[in-house]
Amino acid sequence: MNLRHPLARARGLGSAKEGATHWLWQRITAIGLTALTVWLFFCLPYLLGGYAESRSFLAQPMHAVLMALYVLLLFYHLQLGLQVIVEDYIHTRWLEVTLHILIKMLILISILTCMLALLRIALGN
Amino acid sequence: MTQSSEAPRKRPISPFMIGPYYRPQLTSMTSIMHRISGVLLAAGTVLLLYWLCATASGPQEFARFLDFVTGPLGTALMIGASLAMIYHLLNGLRHLFWDAGWGLEIKKAYASGWTVIILTLVATTLLWALIFRGGV
Repeated sequence: MNLRHPLARARGLGSAKEGATHWLWQRITAIGLTALTVWLFFCLPYLLGGYAESRSFLAQPMHAVLMALYVLLLFYHLQLGLQVIVEDYIHTRWLEVTLHILIKMLILISILTCMLALLRIALGN
Repeated sequence: MTQSSEAPRKRPISPFMIGPYYRPQLTSMTSIMHRISGVLLAAGTVLLLYWLCATASGPQEFARFLDFVTGPLGTALMIGASLAMIYHLLNGLRHLFWDAGWGLEIKKAYASGWTVIILTLVATTLLWALIFRGGV
């Protein structure tokens, strides 16, 4: 998604790479996570009720989908945030690149793990 | 030419300018706390993974997870995670208001900064009062 005006691009204004998209998605995921945190808060009584209750609660299609969305937005937001922190504070190039790759891989593994768990919950193993 | 103009200048590198070069102030402290809470929450996602995997695995695994999060270490981690999450959420909203152009005046930035800190402490206390009263 590119919301920048072609003229600004042609004149060389703004980010030369994908800074604008990074900025935008950090905010989109932030707003989504804010809304989903309100949902999560109202789910707490069911989720704190013990194994059977919290599992059957999460197995409901709407809650399973919202939890999957929460996981996606959370880890996307996390990747964007950690990337900026690494860019700002790590001044050794090879270490910076290694950390960027490591963080992305860890986040990918985390997303896949959460999705598999949610599928098992929703589909009953 | 003097000696100093030839030697490479050692400029202070972020974030180490806070302290010797920059006086710590509420605005910079809330900013660095936003990053610190974000990094702590990144580590805290391990708890989210553990919770989802335990729920998917069955009653025994879930009981073990519950034993951990209700134990002294688990409870401390959960309280810390909720504190970081509530702060990051509220201060994140502050950033979104700034992005919309609202509250950028120094006076308003200080007022919203203190509001975030106080609301974080109040909300975290209320949340745990609610959880402990619920007898989890």
